[in-house]
Amino acid sequence: MKIVVCVKQVPDTSEVRIDPITGTMIREGVKSIINPDDLSGLEAALRIKDVYKAEVIALSMGPMQADNALRECLAMGVDQAILLSDRKFAGADTWATSLSLSKAIEKINPDLIIAGRQAIDGDTAQVGPQIAEHLNIPSVAYVNEIKVKDENSLVVKRMFEDGYQSILVKTPCLLTVLKEINSVRYMRVAKIYNSYKDGLVEVWDNEVLKLDPHELGLKGSPTKVKKSYTKGVKTAGKVFEVDSKEEAAKIIIDKMKENYIL
Amino acid sequence: MEFGFRKEHHLLKQMLEEFTENEVRPLAQEIDEQERFPVEAVSKMKEAGILGIPFPTKYGGEGGDYMGYIIAVKEISKACATTGVVLSAHGSLCAQPIYDYGTEEQKQKYLVPLASGEKLGAFALTEPNAGTDASKQETIAVKDGDNYIINGSKIFITNAGYADIYVIFAMTDKKQGTRGITAFILEKGMKGFSVGPKEKKMGIRGSSTCELIFDNVIVPKENVLGKEGYGFKIAMKTLDGGRIGIAAQACGIAEGALDETIKYVKERKQFNRPLARFQNTQFVIADLATKIDAAKMLLYRAAYKKDNKENISKEAAMAKLFASEVAMEVTNKAIQLHGGYGYSREYPVERMMRDAKITEIYEGTSEVQKMVISASVLR
Repeated sequence: MKIVVCVKQVPDTSEVRIDPITGTMIREGVKSIINPDDLSGLEAALRIKDVYKAEVIALSMGPMQADNALRECLAMGVDQAILLSDRKFAGADTWATSLSLSKAIEKINPDLIIAGRQAIDGDTAQVGPQIAEHLNIPSVAYVNEIKVKDENSLVVKRMFEDGYQSILVKTPCLLTVLKEINSVRYMRVAKIYNSYKDGLVEVWDNEVLKLDPHELGLKGSPTKVKKSYTKGVKTAGKVFEVDSKEEAAKIIIDKMKENYIL
Repeated sequence: MEFGFRKEHHLLKQMLEEFTENEVRPLAQEIDEQERFPVEAVSKMKEAGILGIPFPTKYGGEGGDYMGYIIAVKEISKACATTGVVLSAHGSLCAQPIYDYGTEEQKQKYLVPLASGEKLGAFALTEPNAGTDASKQETIAVKDGDNYIINGSKIFITNAGYADIYVIFAMTDKKQGTRGITAFILEKGMKGFSVGPKEKKMGIRGSSTCELIFDNVIVPKENVLGKEGYGFKIAMKTLDGGRIGIAAQACGIAEGALDETIKYVKERKQFNRPLARFQNTQFVIADLATKIDAAKMLLYRAAYKKDNKENISKEAAMAKLFASEVAMEVTNKAIQLHGGYGYSREYPVERMMRDAKITEIYEGTSEVQKMVISASVLR
């Protein structure tokens, strides 16, 4: 089985601050990490590899510094890594990103594609499912269990707030996984020492992907970020101790009237 | 960027930071208070490959280098110096001399399980009457056909009881003085080889420190490490490397104590402002941070030279001398900046100060380091 795991290098948002004037992220001095959901995707792929014969390829799109994230994937145990990097890819929204990634995946031709549910910087959760749309293959999101049924199918558990579905899905397919699916292994020392060897990370630019330049980067992005801002802090709510449903209903109605909702 | 680091060292450091936060820090206070060996952390170190960093993969290791091993001891010691010394004694004092001086058979039999973490190692040189003057060995090994019969005892042995493999030293020819000392590899469970009760210590209280007793222990001649009479040289060379490990432990303790202090002085308010806003605090922190950096430079230089197969006696002694005294100073001042809370066992800095003290003593006291350094400088 050939598995592609999509990983994104993101700023560690636990350390990120927003510039109050420009509304953009202050990236200066902020550590870059692998998106946590993607690490779980990687772990899920490696667990399949631990049991079955599988080749795991980490795929990322980003500036050349994303190379570090891919070295980390290699240190965890992936067999190969591919970085899509080209100035033409810069400024891509989820559509343009997923188009570029899907083109690369088409060339790799895997049986399974795993992505994290969403990235902690953009929080869109769109890129994974969009890749599946571009490739016209089935996709299942919010997965927190993967079982290999046979050579051509998987049984996965899709989580909802109040339950789950068990889904039989044919390969090739794409799954987006939740962080809760597993706990991620440490990088292995021996693999860390091998991770920076030559030839393990391939860099693909648009010479390789051969996409129409109008479909790439900012030009190929139908959406634009108009404004981003730090969410205001909600004040603590008020708790009423009540003895009956009637009393509770009365308080709610009074409050709604007080705030001109009713 | 740290001096002498390659890209993989940064990645290794990142992994060790995560490992330390998850597997080492949560246990640190408990193992100190209960004087309990950190079995869980040792087993996790094995899983992650931390017990065999500098040894080739063909001997069960990870194919790394001494710099990587030093990074591991330092990062782990930031949170728990006990766990740091378990790794240090295992790696630089037991597995390393077997790698450096062992025969191919000895490497297969002993280094492979040590480097893969299947077995833990220890080193035994110190005796009741042979401390700084290590040449006065009273443990005797007498040749008897294809075996040696060993009698005597060792004290203050780190990892004793928990280790499966021991590199020990005994006098094979008293007339020859230091040239009459021979190194042997002993296994736990050999007849007549027993471990005494655990020392009650001031610091690194989770580490196992005991006496070893040899009562007519029969050791096959295949277990001589190096050659007969080469023991003292092996011990001294091994301690050169070991001292870099202790320097790393000391740097880790110092960094850990400074991290705690920085956190504390930003939060703690007196006279309506955080302690960090007082110039006294700022100047103390500036001094400590500078000294820690200087200690780390000496540490990394020694490790770098060792990886380049250069003689490191002086550099290792300098790193250990300076780093251990910095660790003592940093932890002492860390407590001072914490005030009464620092003296309380609720905060980790008092443990760090107790742990720091041993780094000025074991694997050669500060005075021994000065003897080594001056012998090299005044030559």
